[in-house]
Amino acid sequence: MEGDDIIEVQDLKHMFDGFAAVRGISFTVKRGEIFSFLGPNGAGKSTTINILTTLLPLQKGAVRVAGYDVAREPGRVRESIGIVFQDDVLDRDLTVWETMEFHGRLYSIPRDERRRRIDDLLRVVELGPKRDERTKNLSGGMKRRLQIARGLMTRPEVLFLDEPTQGLDPQTRMRMWEYIRQVNEAGTTIFLTTHYMEEADMLSDRISIIDHGRIIVSGTPEELKNALGEDVVYLETEDNRRARKSLGGIGEIRSVTESPRGLSVTISADGSHCLPRIVDAVRGAGIGISSVNLKKPTMDDVFVHYTGRELRDTGA
Amino acid sequence: MAWEFLTVYWREMIRFVRFRTQLFASLLQPALWMAFFGVAMSSNLDRFASAIPAPAGVFSVDYLTFMAAGVIAMTTLFTSLFGGISLLFDKNWGLMREMLASPMPRTHIMLGVSLSGMTKSFVQVAIIMALGLLMGVRFFPGFSAARIALSILGIFAFVGVFSLGFLLFSSTISMRLESPEGLQGVITLLTLPLFFVSNALYPIQAFPPILQVLSIYNPLTHLVSGVRYFAIGSDFFAVGARYTSTTVDVLVSFAYLVVFASVMYFLARRTFQRAVVT
Ligand SMILES: Nc1ncnc2c1ncn2[C@@H]1O[C@H](COP(=O)(O)OP(=O)(O)OP(=O)(O)O)[C@@H](O)[C@H]1O
Ligand SMILES: [Mg+2]
Repeated sequence: MEGDDIIEVQDLKHMFDGFAAVRGISFTVKRGEIFSFLGPNGAGKSTTINILTTLLPLQKGAVRVAGYDVAREPGRVRESIGIVFQDDVLDRDLTVWETMEFHGRLYSIPRDERRRRIDDLLRVVELGPKRDERTKNLSGGMKRRLQIARGLMTRPEVLFLDEPTQGLDPQTRMRMWEYIRQVNEAGTTIFLTTHYMEEADMLSDRISIIDHGRIIVSGTPEELKNALGEDVVYLETEDNRRARKSLGGIGEIRSVTESPRGLSVTISADGSHCLPRIVDAVRGAGIGISSVNLKKPTMDDVFVHYTGRELRDTGA
Repeated sequence: MAWEFLTVYWREMIRFVRFRTQLFASLLQPALWMAFFGVAMSSNLDRFASAIPAPAGVFSVDYLTFMAAGVIAMTTLFTSLFGGISLLFDKNWGLMREMLASPMPRTHIMLGVSLSGMTKSFVQVAIIMALGLLMGVRFFPGFSAARIALSILGIFAFVGVFSLGFLLFSSTISMRLESPEGLQGVITLLTLPLFFVSNALYPIQAFPPILQVLSIYNPLTHLVSGVRYFAIGSDFFAVGARYTSTTVDVLVSFAYLVVFASVMYFLARRTFQRAVVT
């Protein structure tokens, strides 16, 4: 029974003085994937991470991380994980290097190995020139990068990233995504929380949308978006009226509307599979096509669809 | 044996030397006590005390020397009671999560912090002794070099155990409180009675009986007795009273401090194992 699930959560509940922050969630994360919790402020993302990383006691439910029960073997869980916290938690008066050294020593990484990893990681996150700078003098992006480097230092099996790119400029965010992907490709499973749609969309193998302490829907980004069944193909042709007639034989087409310059074709299935047949049909009727555009639903659309409201993307 | 507490110790010591004001304040404070309080009080008390002559054959000690042991004890008490405050900051600023989520046993957090607090007390005590000797404190009167070395070891042993006890106590309080002001309040509440119901500045013999009994249970009294035994001797006369102590008395005082520190260790350990910090 080779278990491929590195995180198993069953019916997890958590109360804070009578307030239910997590209301019975179940999910699994497969070894080697990037898994995201997407949800607005106060959804219960950090609370879940705190339980999975043994910082909060398990109240109700069953949680296994890296094969160990968080309630029964918290020590083993701690040895297997790394965490990058949501807020900047760096000792302001330690230098960049000391911050890393302290962390490595907490995990008893032997001296030579530790020093080597520090050098490597500081190079990866481009903080080499800052190694003797106190952390209070780093920019926001540098602080996040240092914390990610710190989280990676112990080569954890699972790395928890709580809103890793919150408050970063778009360029730094893209760079961060690259690091995260590199780390993942090197074999680390990643559990990440975010309230940025594109982040969940770009990075994750699978996403769970969480709101008010409940998982509303889970799936790959594609599945979630396709489940809306609302892909739209926009065509500009030589003769829109004739082109419209030529599409009659394609069953997945739900509706076609003519706009002044082109056609909007709404498709009930995955649009990317339908698109070649649409193009073939129009061309087959001898009509030239000047432009084709496939618009898939965004994660925003997905969120609105499942929760009935906009994601409160306050960036707080 | 796991040595991770040395990591916490290392970080605490970096902080200690890096926060310049904290460093200088902690070095200056005992020096000021010696300089002002010591000199002022001793010129007064020596005048009164001279009215009661020492019994024939008993070694007589001036007030400055008598009080120096009290200043050692008091400085150690203050520093140790404040020692846990770095845990409070760690907790409030979220830094403690890094340690709590790591595989390091939780007891090592308090051990590292306590050992660093003990080191700070050692540095302070060394300064008080050096400065005191310059100011005319007559510690180690007529002792041989070997006995002086032994006495210094004895003093540090007493200071070490005493400070560990109060550092662990301070750690426990810090883990249970929300704010530095709270800790400040507890410290203020504790230091006055601990300090005045002890033999640090004046002889217990003149206390009302109830206070005498209380002072026997005060760890500070045992620290001061130990320091005086090693620094001055087992039989001397000061501030109008004769002090004699046997080796057994000193061992009992030391044992009392060890028990005190052990109790504090178990309290702190319980607190740390149950601590939830997010
Ligand atoms: N220690 C606590 N005591 C009481 N309530 C808490 C505590 N921690 C969190 N909560 C509440 O639990 C709910 C979930 O909080 P959580 O921090 O898990 O949200 P989140 O999804 O991480 O949000 P964000 O995107 O803002 O970080 C919130 O309503 C919050 O107020
Ligand atoms: Mg959060």
